[in-house]
Amino acid sequence: MFELLSTELLQAYWWCIISVLGSLLVFLMFVQGGQTLIYTIGKTEPERKMLVNALGRKWEFTFTTLVTFGGAFFASFPLFYSTSFGGAYWVWMAILFPFIIQAVAYEFRSKPNNLLGHKTYEWFLIINGLLGTLLLGTAVATFFTGSSFLVDRSALTNLADPIISRWMNPAHGLEALLNWRNVALGLSVFFLARVLGSLYFMNTIADEEILLRSRKQVLFNIIPFVVLFLAFLYGIMIRPGFAVHPDTGVIYGEMNKYYHNLVQMPIVMMFLASGVVFVLLGVALPLVDPVKNGSSGFWYAGAGTFLTVFALFCMAGFNNTAYYPSGYNLQSSLTIYNSSSSRYTLVAMSYVSLMVPFVAVYVWFAWRAINRRKIDAAEMDGDGHAY
Amino acid sequence: MSELYSNEALFFDTFAFKIAGWLQVMQLNRTSHKQNIMVDHVSLSLIDWSRGQFALTAIYHWIFVPLTLGLSIIVAIMESIYVRTGDPAWKRITRFWLTLFGINFAIGVATGIILEFQFGTNWSNYSWFVGDIFGAPLAIEGIMAFFLESTFIAVMFFGWDKVSKRFHLASSWLTALGANLSALWILVANAWMQYPVGMQFNPESARNEMVNFWAVLFSPVAVNKFLHTVSSGYVTASVFVIGISCWYLLKKRHMDLAKRSILVASIFGLATSLLLAFTGDGSAYQVSQKQPMKLAAMEGLYKGKQGAGLVAFGILNPSKRAGDNADAFLARVEFPKLLSFLGYRNPEAFVPGVDDLMKGGFRPGYDHVNILEKEHTFSVEEKIIRGKRAVSALGAWREAKTAKDTVKCQAALAELRTNFPWFGYAYLNAPESVIPNVPLTYYSFHLMVYLGLFFILLFAMVLYQVTKDRIENRRWLLRLAVLSIPLVYLASEAGWVVAEVGRQPWVIQDLMPTMAAVSRIDASSVIITFWLFAALFTILLVAELKIMTRQIKLGPKEGGTN
Repeated sequence: MFELLSTELLQAYWWCIISVLGSLLVFLMFVQGGQTLIYTIGKTEPERKMLVNALGRKWEFTFTTLVTFGGAFFASFPLFYSTSFGGAYWVWMAILFPFIIQAVAYEFRSKPNNLLGHKTYEWFLIINGLLGTLLLGTAVATFFTGSSFLVDRSALTNLADPIISRWMNPAHGLEALLNWRNVALGLSVFFLARVLGSLYFMNTIADEEILLRSRKQVLFNIIPFVVLFLAFLYGIMIRPGFAVHPDTGVIYGEMNKYYHNLVQMPIVMMFLASGVVFVLLGVALPLVDPVKNGSSGFWYAGAGTFLTVFALFCMAGFNNTAYYPSGYNLQSSLTIYNSSSSRYTLVAMSYVSLMVPFVAVYVWFAWRAINRRKIDAAEMDGDGHAY
Repeated sequence: MSELYSNEALFFDTFAFKIAGWLQVMQLNRTSHKQNIMVDHVSLSLIDWSRGQFALTAIYHWIFVPLTLGLSIIVAIMESIYVRTGDPAWKRITRFWLTLFGINFAIGVATGIILEFQFGTNWSNYSWFVGDIFGAPLAIEGIMAFFLESTFIAVMFFGWDKVSKRFHLASSWLTALGANLSALWILVANAWMQYPVGMQFNPESARNEMVNFWAVLFSPVAVNKFLHTVSSGYVTASVFVIGISCWYLLKKRHMDLAKRSILVASIFGLATSLLLAFTGDGSAYQVSQKQPMKLAAMEGLYKGKQGAGLVAFGILNPSKRAGDNADAFLARVEFPKLLSFLGYRNPEAFVPGVDDLMKGGFRPGYDHVNILEKEHTFSVEEKIIRGKRAVSALGAWREAKTAKDTVKCQAALAELRTNFPWFGYAYLNAPESVIPNVPLTYYSFHLMVYLGLFFILLFAMVLYQVTKDRIENRRWLLRLAVLSIPLVYLASEAGWVVAEVGRQPWVIQDLMPTMAAVSRIDASSVIITFWLFAALFTILLVAELKIMTRQIKLGPKEGGTN
């Protein structure tokens, strides 16, 4: 079946899979957003326990999606894996460290004799929520703003120094934080994750106080999100973007490239617009009628997040665009064509990708089974498993 | 404004990029300073620290993973008994072990994510050179195994009162399946590094590309490695369950839980330790065929011989060096001809030692010995020459391609293909660098084998005593079982040391040594992250041990809710 597709179509298909995983990841970062709010929304220990347990049942989905996103990127676009991870060393390390401490925080937090005390583990969750969202958003923004690296495949023949990709900035990725556009997207992801986290609490926890405070947080966080996200969009659209000549593969600067991408790919514009509308709908519905729509806001905003991020990935990779541009050497920039796996591997992996809908179905089934009843204080006091 | 922008216009169009540019000038200054001292070169310090960081993470990760692999199955077996019999005691037992499983699982996940991303962060050249093959199992691991594991583990912990008994049981088995499937894919990836098959080098992309997925998946090294590694996890978990249960018996607490747990774990442990021994033999056979230098290091064999014996007990001579005439051992007892038999299924077969592999020129004595004559009869020096030919042919091919000279292209390609089996030798600084650390490999291998055999005996004794219902009276056996917990971890880690130290300097056997695989970052960056990882993992390990021991002391009734 996949053998019949052209290599270009397979590369595009795999960019779509990466985009789907990236979009799911940002949606699932409601866990990280929620983690930054455990002291803001949870004023008492029992309240915090409910918040942590609500998130604790889902944190592994985010974590697994991150790992799968990395693995899928490795399998389909290995040159990105090699160039970005090996080059932007410090930014990826700064992202990974908070995920180490998150992984143990839930399980260890409330266990007796846990060495560091429960507050430290709660701070682990807050640090993960802050840095995980901010830095991942910043890293993704470099898909539009560029980095400084050099790729030279012939380096392999230099026996003393055969490394084919090298980062040309000594800050090894942290320099991305000096570009306001990158930071704007990083902060957008942070505030969006907090909106989603608050909506998730409203969706999952049956507690009046938590409901009220979560609503307040939705309002507080949606405003900076909208402002920063629009600033980011504006910021990338008014500047030159990184275009690829379809015949020669030569990469060049094109003014307003990302704006052109939106106009030339109306479906992507539709994704973006409907994504933003869904996010705003997800925020507005519970505010208008909290009793009826208190739970559904999370799903609207989640769907909106998915569509918005998917549109961003399409803007970065499709319509003859270099998705991982190098400002240092334009021709080193990565496109979905020059950085992908071989045709054979793309075909083989495409068959594997057929498992994704199956996985989605059982994840949904298990999610429903666990969330059938909302979390309340009584459940926390029962003899079931609690973090 | 023109549609076309120069690099500089793009790069410096914001204030941020100006600062980035300034930093870059600093970097250029530093680089030129370095170049005055030495020619642009991947530093040894960078290689060693990158290796150290990967080894550190792998060792920590491997403290937790074997228990996850085995305990997930033991818990599922216990729950199956509960569902079948309806006996609430089995539910209590299941939930107790599930608590310990959860504590261990979390930290295994934490160390695992770092391993995956380190292929990119610290081994970027490797990631490009073989990413086309190596990335696939990693992605499949995520899609096929991690989601299964993470979805159903939530049902295992939180679903007791929310889903039916059977759904819960299915979730427990699916979690175990997920954990073991994840082991399958990462071990397929690891086996491919030890025995690269199913691929071809593409000079245009300057990387290896997959040409046969099934050859990668079903390579004999992969099949053996998977079975040997997961069965070591089953043995680890069985010893863990038996050891803790015996501690309860020594303390005369939770006797019923302890005896029932011992029964399940000793049956499971005995069966899987036999599988472990069987696949261990298979692994050694594969090593003999595919990585003879590793086998020589495992046995401390410097001078090869026909009818080589297997060292039963031996102390290595610390001053022994490859190529000299000193005896490799200060003292040694061996089983005659057993190494030849195990390695080549022939008691008279010639087993090459370190010196033979260095010098080449030896002939395997028997036609049916499945060893690639053309490869192993070359000296390492000759292999280096051939590797260099392959690398220069790659350069020539790329030049000819740019010049559109088809004739030269074909000639260069033919030269490249002929010499490609030794491609990685080109990057070696000296022939001796193909010799791994012999004492570390040798002692780790022997320790692993001794302990592996001991565990078979332990399981048999414990099973016998528990079925006779007198295990609580055999206090020496109870103490021995408790002491076996650290021993099983030691054996498990020793196994990885054999596999990974024994294959040095190769990241991919014969095709890429560590020095050609690293990322080009400052060694100081890796030193900093090494110590950060070391500190963080150690703190988390101490926390885990404290939590685990407290939960064990509390036992199932008081603190064993999960």
